[in-house]
Amino acid sequence: MKLIIATIKPFKLEEVREALTEAGVRGMMVTEIKGFGSQSGHTEIYRGAEYAVNFVPKVKIEIVVAAAMVDQIVETITKTAHTGKIGDGKIFVLDVQQAVRVRTGETNEDAI
Amino acid sequence: MTSLKTLTAAAALTVLPMAAFAQDAAAPGFDEIGPYIMTTLLFCMAGFLVFFMAAGFAMLEGGLVRSKNVTMQMTKNIALYSIAAIMYWLVGFNTMYPGDFNGYFAIGGTTTLDPVGVAAADAALDYASVGSDFFFQLVFVAATASIVSGALAERIKLWPFLAFVVVLTGIMYPISGSWQWGGGWLSERGFSDFAGSTVVHSVGGWAALAGAIVLGPRLGKYKDGRVNPMPGSNLALATLGTFILWLGWFGFNGGSQLAMGTVGDVSDVSRIFANTNMAAAAGAVTALALTQILYKKPDLTMVLNGALAGLVSITAEPLAPTLFGALWIGAVGGVIVVLTVPMLDKFKIDDVVGAVPVHLFAGIWGTIAVVFYNSDAALGTQLLGIISYGVFTFVASLILWTILKVAIGIRVSEEHEINGLDTSELGMEAYPDFSKG
Repeated sequence: MKLIIATIKPFKLEEVREALTEAGVRGMMVTEIKGFGSQSGHTEIYRGAEYAVNFVPKVKIEIVVAAAMVDQIVETITKTAHTGKIGDGKIFVLDVQQAVRVRTGETNEDAI
Repeated sequence: MTSLKTLTAAAALTVLPMAAFAQDAAAPGFDEIGPYIMTTLLFCMAGFLVFFMAAGFAMLEGGLVRSKNVTMQMTKNIALYSIAAIMYWLVGFNTMYPGDFNGYFAIGGTTTLDPVGVAAADAALDYASVGSDFFFQLVFVAATASIVSGALAERIKLWPFLAFVVVLTGIMYPISGSWQWGGGWLSERGFSDFAGSTVVHSVGGWAALAGAIVLGPRLGKYKDGRVNPMPGSNLALATLGTFILWLGWFGFNGGSQLAMGTVGDVSDVSRIFANTNMAAAAGAVTALALTQILYKKPDLTMVLNGALAGLVSITAEPLAPTLFGALWIGAVGGVIVVLTVPMLDKFKIDDVVGAVPVHLFAGIWGTIAVVFYNSDAALGTQLLGIISYGVFTFVASLILWTILKVAIGIRVSEEHEINGLDTSELGMEAYPDFSKG
């Protein structure tokens, strides 16, 4: 099992969710976050004073999938979240040791 | 029967003139009491509208401060209005309208209303009832105190602020007000300020400026030569507050006609409404366009300030200008706000809601602009009035703020300021569900 963490542009969330559901993903965790990468913020003006916005709003998606599905899921996210402009986000893949479904007590791939 | 009828008719004929005479003495005709009734009605209705400006100021300030300071800002607003109402009864009204006096200074006593069911013969038939006059004037002084509260938001302690309000509304504003509206020395010189660009708005602006200087800016507002904006918590509330102030201004300027008993007067009141509305609209549109040009995006908070600056600009002479006159006078007010808000930041004077640009700078402009449409006003006299009010209010405020600072301290601790005044000073949050998630 793998945990896929993807940070994407907020307006892409719906599109990514639809694509992942079609690809067979049955659950995900979504968090509104702020952060910076190579996009590293921008400036805004409030009442005539320019100020730096150092953290840019993003959406973080966390999905646990069977190891065999990882490449397909990563590709789906990369394709649908892509705009070609700076700030499209990042994807990380981590190993998952154990999973349990609370309701039934099923474990690992049966639980996801 | 016939003779009786005739007799009765004859008796009636002889009695009739006497009855009519008696009725004249007891209840004068509408020509005599009509103006009194209409003007009293004007004061009551205009007073309600200006009263509602207190809500406008509260919403505007509540929207432009950060969410951690909203309860404190609301507390200050309802407290300052209520203190102003009591102080104006205790000493303010009769200090501002002392009757015959030396023209500079006369401390008055408490206000007494007309007796219950006052007879026409005992009423001020050439003016209005004492109750309506008192109420109409007291809602103005509350507006002055509201101006101060916005500029000093997010860092001033509650009680020292309220102590300042006591002196401002009971003594300072009424003394300087008596110079003009109480028939004092500036009105003798021919100074012209119809509804109070200087007497009300600049006075509030000067007191706010002195307070902002003595108090210092919010922590982190000016760091390493940069200005760090602290965006307001709720621009919907700020917009509602501006619209409420705009509505209240019809009472502010329209009621200042001080008479509604003739065709000319009532028509003038409506003329003032139309001009007041035009100036606000022009101020808003100007700020909208100017922020788009200067900053590539319109700034709503500046548009709100622009509308208010247009209103302040027309307040010194809302009657004489044409609609086009009101338009350009208000538009200049909008320009003043957009240019002077960043200017105050350059001097590191932290005015949270833009009270000084809106009420002081646009107030000065409005007082000067009187000369363009009112041939009785002279530029020299207008400047004399602006400077006299400025020196008196600014110096008196500076002294009072400094005394308060030395005696009891006017600023919350660094930790309290960072945590927000709501939890640290009041232990009560405006949005508790929001912060606890």
